[in-house]
Amino acid sequence: MVRIAVIAFALAVGLAGGAAAQHEAGLDAANNNISNTASLQRGAKYFVNYCLGCHSAKYVRYNRLGEDLQISDQQLIDNLMFTGERPFDLMANAMRPEDAVRWFKVAPPDLSLIARSRGTDYIYTFLRSFYIAPDRPTGVNNIVLPGTAMPHVLWPLQGTQRAVFTKDEHGVEVFEHFEQVQPGALDERAYEDAVRDIVNFLDYIGEPIKKQRQQLGTRVIGFLLVFLLIAFMLKKEIWKDVK
Amino acid sequence: MASTESDVFDRLGRGLNALGAWIDDRFPMTKLIKEHATEYYASKNFNFWYGFGVIATFVLVLQLVTGIFLTMNYKPSSAEAFASVEYIMRDVEWGWLIRYLHSTGASAFFIVVYLHMFRGLLYGSYKKPRELVWIIGMFIYLSLMAEAFFGYLLPWGNMSYWGAQVIVSLFGAVPGIGPDLAEWIRGDFYISDITLNRFFAFHVIAVPLMLVLLVVVHIMALHEVGSNNPDGIEIKEHKGPDGHPIDGVAFHPYHTSKDLVIVVIFLIVFAAVVFFAPDMGGYFLEHANFEPADPLRTPEHIAPVWYFTPFYAILRAVPNKLVGVALMGSAVLVLFLLPWLDRCRVKSIRYRSFGYKVALMIFAVTFVTLGYLGLQPAVGLVPTLSLIFTIIYFAFFALLPFYTRSEKTKPVPTRVKW
Repeated sequence: MVRIAVIAFALAVGLAGGAAAQHEAGLDAANNNISNTASLQRGAKYFVNYCLGCHSAKYVRYNRLGEDLQISDQQLIDNLMFTGERPFDLMANAMRPEDAVRWFKVAPPDLSLIARSRGTDYIYTFLRSFYIAPDRPTGVNNIVLPGTAMPHVLWPLQGTQRAVFTKDEHGVEVFEHFEQVQPGALDERAYEDAVRDIVNFLDYIGEPIKKQRQQLGTRVIGFLLVFLLIAFMLKKEIWKDVK
Repeated sequence: MASTESDVFDRLGRGLNALGAWIDDRFPMTKLIKEHATEYYASKNFNFWYGFGVIATFVLVLQLVTGIFLTMNYKPSSAEAFASVEYIMRDVEWGWLIRYLHSTGASAFFIVVYLHMFRGLLYGSYKKPRELVWIIGMFIYLSLMAEAFFGYLLPWGNMSYWGAQVIVSLFGAVPGIGPDLAEWIRGDFYISDITLNRFFAFHVIAVPLMLVLLVVVHIMALHEVGSNNPDGIEIKEHKGPDGHPIDGVAFHPYHTSKDLVIVVIFLIVFAAVVFFAPDMGGYFLEHANFEPADPLRTPEHIAPVWYFTPFYAILRAVPNKLVGVALMGSAVLVLFLLPWLDRCRVKSIRYRSFGYKVALMIFAVTFVTLGYLGLQPAVGLVPTLSLIFTIIYFAFFALLPFYTRSEKTKPVPTRVKW
C-alpha cells in the first residue's frame, strides 16, 4: 500500500513537472554555453558597444566580469569602459529614465537579470526577429515582441529583413519567414553566432556564480555520498542488536 | 611528576561529572536528556515516511540560520530591497549560497511538511491519543504558510508584489469590513514600502518565534503520548521486565543514528536542487520575480508559489470571490477536524478497508492535481477541472464520518511488524 502511495505521488509530481518542462512555442533554442569564455568575451564586447548605451546592467561590476571572463583591469579600461568608469564600478549608463521615456515612450529595462526573467531562447529569438515596418516610429517591428519600442540596433551586423506573412483559414495573418532585404556586415550564420554570444553574456551576468555553483555542487554531493556511507555504517553498527 | 594519559582523562571525567551534578542540582539537564532522548522509546519499525519529522526540524533550523545571515545584508525598503538581494547574490561572500539555501529551503519545507502530514493520514497518527499532536501540527502548518507568504514579498520582485496584492485583496472579500481590513493589513492603499516593512517584521521575528515555540510544543505533546508507528498500535501496551516497550528502541542512539542517515539523504537531494536547479524551472524562483516590483505592470500570469496552489485552485473553482475565499479557508480548517471525522478505531492504512485505501489515494492525487491546476491560467478546462477536484477534496472529508464508523478492517497485530 505504501508503495502504491509513493508511486502515485511520484507519478503526480512527475506529470506536473513534465507539463512544466515544455519549451515556449515559437522560440528558437539559444544553445549558448557559459563555459565558453571566448564567446562570453565577444558577448561582453557586443554588449558594451551595442546595448549598454541604452540598457544598464546595474548589478554587474566590471571587475567581476574581468575576473570571471579572464579580462585584466587594463584590458577592461581599454576595451569595455568608454566613459571614465573605474573597474569596480557597476555597469550603469548615462541615459536618464525621463529622457528615455521621452525618446522611446518607455525606459529600456536593466538587463542584469533579463536572461533569468525572460529566458535565453527568448532573447536569442527576439534579437533575430526585427523586420522592416515603415509604420513604426523606429522603422522596424518584431515578431517576438510586436510593437516593441526598441530600434534594430544590430542592423549594421544583420542587415535588414522583411517579414513574409500568409493568411490562415480564418483570414488571420500568420508569420511565415524572413527575407533578407539588405545585407549586413555578417552573413546569417555569423549573425546567429554574434547573437548567441550576446545571449551567452546575458546568461552569465544573470547569475555570475552559475559555473562555480555547479562545480561546487558536484564536490558537495560527492562529500555527502561518502558521509552517507559512514552514517549508514554507524547506524548499522548501533542497530545490530535490535531484532 | 608527569601524569599519564589515563590520569588526565580520569580527572577530566571526574570534573565533567561534578559539573553535570552541579547543573542537575539547579536545572533538569540529565532528566530532560533521559526523557527526550536516551529513555524516550519509539517503535523500531519506522519506515521512510517517518523520516520527514526530523527533516522538517532540520529545515527549520536551516531556514533560521540562513535567514539570520540574509538579514545582515538585506534592506527592507521598497527602494533597496530588490537591489540588496542582487547584492547578496553577487557581492556578498557566499551570499548566493545562503540565499539559494533559504529559497530552496522554503519549498523543501513545504514538500517535507506535506509528506509528514500525509504520513499522519496513512498511519492514523492524528487519532486518539494524538489529537493534540495533530492540531498543534496544523498550527505549525498555518504559521508556515504565513511565514512563506510574508517572506515571499521581501525580494520585492514583480511576482512578490502582485502575489501579495492578490492574497491581501482576498481579505477584501470579507463582508462589511473587507476593504478596511485589507487596508489595515497593507498599512497603505496599495502594497508599498510600509507593507514591506511590516511583512519583514513578521517574517524575521513574529512568525519564526511562534514557529519555534509551536515545534517545541508539538514535540512535547508527542513525547507525552509516544510516537505512532506504521502498524498504528501502542507499543506502550507491551512492556518488558525493564519497564520499557519491547518494540521500542531508545531515541538516542537508535533513532538519532537513523535520523542522521535520513538527513544526509535529504541533503543530497536538497544539494542537487541548490547547486544545479535553484530556480527549479521557475517553480522555486519564479521568472517574473527577476524583474523588480512594478505597481503599474502586472506579470502576464499571476500564480502563487507552488505550495499554495492547491488552495489557490480551490479559491478559483467558483466564480464568486467570497464563496471562493470561504472554500479556501475551509479547505485548510477542515484538516483540524480530521481526528473526529475519521471514526475508524484502526489507525494504520495497513489494516484498514480497501475503500478507505482508495479514498486516501484519490485524496492524494486530488491534492497534487489541484496544485497543478492552481499553477495554470484559468482558461479552457482549468476552471471546470478545479471545481470537480474541489468537490472531490471536500467529499473526502464529508464522507469520512459515515463509512468509517462501520468500516471493515483487518485484524490488527498486537506487536509491530518490520
